[in-house]
Amino acid sequence: MTTGQTAFTRRDMLRAIGLIAGAGAMYQAMTALGHAAESQFTGAPDLSGAPRGAKVVVLGAGLAGLLAAYELERAGYEVQVLEYQNRPGGRNWTLRGGDTYTELGGATQTVRFAPGNYLNPGPWRISHHHRAILHYCRAFNVRLEPFIQFNNNAFVHSTHAFGGRPQRYRDVAADFHGNVASLLATAVNTGGLDHAVTQDDRERLLEALKGWGTLDDSLTYRKGLHVSGQRSYARPPGAGADGAPLPSDLLPFHDVLDPVVWKSMKFFTSYDMQPTMFQPVGGMDMIGKAFASRLPHQITLNAKVTGIAQDEKGVTVRWADTRSAEMHETKADWCVCTLPLTILSQIDIQVSAAKKAAISAVPYASHAKVGLEFRRRFWEEDEAIYGGISFTDQEIALVSYPNDNFHAAGPAVLLGAFALGRGGYDLAGMTPEERIEAALKQGEKIHPQYRKEFLSGASVAWSRVPWMLGCRARWSEADRAAHYQNLVSMEGRIVLAGDHASYMAGWQEGALLSSLDAIRQLHHRATAV
Amino acid sequence: MRRLVQALLLACAWGAAGPARAQAPSADGSEIYRQICQACHMKGGTGAIGAGKVPALAHNARLAVAAYPATIVAQGHGGMPWFSDILSPAQIASVVNYVRTHFGNHYQDALDAQTVEAMLGPRKVDDH
Repeated sequence: MTTGQTAFTRRDMLRAIGLIAGAGAMYQAMTALGHAAESQFTGAPDLSGAPRGAKVVVLGAGLAGLLAAYELERAGYEVQVLEYQNRPGGRNWTLRGGDTYTELGGATQTVRFAPGNYLNPGPWRISHHHRAILHYCRAFNVRLEPFIQFNNNAFVHSTHAFGGRPQRYRDVAADFHGNVASLLATAVNTGGLDHAVTQDDRERLLEALKGWGTLDDSLTYRKGLHVSGQRSYARPPGAGADGAPLPSDLLPFHDVLDPVVWKSMKFFTSYDMQPTMFQPVGGMDMIGKAFASRLPHQITLNAKVTGIAQDEKGVTVRWADTRSAEMHETKADWCVCTLPLTILSQIDIQVSAAKKAAISAVPYASHAKVGLEFRRRFWEEDEAIYGGISFTDQEIALVSYPNDNFHAAGPAVLLGAFALGRGGYDLAGMTPEERIEAALKQGEKIHPQYRKEFLSGASVAWSRVPWMLGCRARWSEADRAAHYQNLVSMEGRIVLAGDHASYMAGWQEGALLSSLDAIRQLHHRATAV
Repeated sequence: MRRLVQALLLACAWGAAGPARAQAPSADGSEIYRQICQACHMKGGTGAIGAGKVPALAHNARLAVAAYPATIVAQGHGGMPWFSDILSPAQIASVVNYVRTHFGNHYQDALDAQTVEAMLGPRKVDDH
């Protein structure tokens, strides 16, 4: 608690370690001191001592490019950002009523959502351990609210189980746990695990299984009020003469083993998906807008990069104005290139064969999202679902409910599809109208109110997004081993950044961590001469 | 089938990693084209141009040797992912045969599943 000038605080020590030994060592030290551990974010970069007049050209105004521009400008570099689109933000993007979007192939959608309603076509949630993006949200006063990832009262739906009827997550999860606990307890009691578990631990295990699985004294998972307390009731507890609760029937074990059940359970407990999660109030693009508003003169929009050259003196970027087709050249001392690899692999860039091979090695996944606007919040009014996600084994993969404005009257937008893999390709290959019909047809199996309450929809299929040609990098184990280090290392005056140059492809945190690493490399090189 | 299940278990960093289960994939080349390839190569195999381009498959002389498109479908190329995890060798043969005989292409030598099997290369697995 001392404020004396000589006090060497933990923060001072971390800073000293960071200066001397680099961010990696600082991170190790932070972990040892009980900080961090969950993120490789070590704070805003220290870029002091930038050479006077040094110029950096940043390619791409997604979050990686925006962060690079913001921090380099702050450090004293002269920065110019070139962006293909007519808006900054990249995949940090929100569609609202009145917005128009034209995909590859020319289909144009005009979003008809009511004021305040929106679809985040790209990233839509922020983990509590994504410390870099949370840092910038705090610094820029981007208001956050909970993203209700996990909702026991949302549905699990399988076309192959429960007669195709959606089930509440809490019921299927409780029945999965209870049945597995009972079977395992039986295995213990019949000596099936004697070879693997000591006598002492067998007793402890039985006690755990009985408690965790809500088993009766015969170690059976059975309908009853105690079990209903872990799932739901036929008649929930109330008051008055008929206040007594009645237990609910259990689901058939065969159906409980449907993959959609355990995959849902696993999803919600995975590291990337564990609550608490956040979303910016009003749409994800609040973050990109906050960065862009701090770069009022640095971003050139409608600029299609066609070539990137370098020599010992500097970098030259050739680009076309997409409106006039006029060609331009931008010269700079350094270049931070955040273009997606789908695009960069098609651009003439003057780097080594090894880096070119890395740029061309990484394909992108195809995801598709559909936002649906309904007249009323029937999921809240009729089904008591407030935010969260219902999973299905259909191509739409999920229905995700709005996490804000609970009980509001009037139209609301839910995410009616987040299709991946085969489903992502299938939806992408449809017209926007066909995608909405597919989302309605599959979604109404979970919510029969769909057709009656539907107002309008909007979709984004990432393989048809003109400036991405995919949604996020897919690193195979072999490609990672062969190419990752070549991709992320600075070469001459050019350094690449973006979520593709991280171990967190598809996450904004990956884009920011990559950008921080890139500008540290750049600054190190710029100040070494 | 085992490959298919494996592919569906892969976590997706962008967050959906949801428990979506693929519908039974079609064996028919035109259906596979519609359900998979058309997402990027567009209806009629026209390709498209944005900040980068998706190559047209229509009237494409590079399809002359069947092994070329088959290898690309199986193993991926540039921004295009590998499909050996969601398409069987028979399905790859089927869709390659379809593309090589449609969209203004007239290559009559058909691939079979056994030939494609030999082109699969080392199996690719998402690294996390």
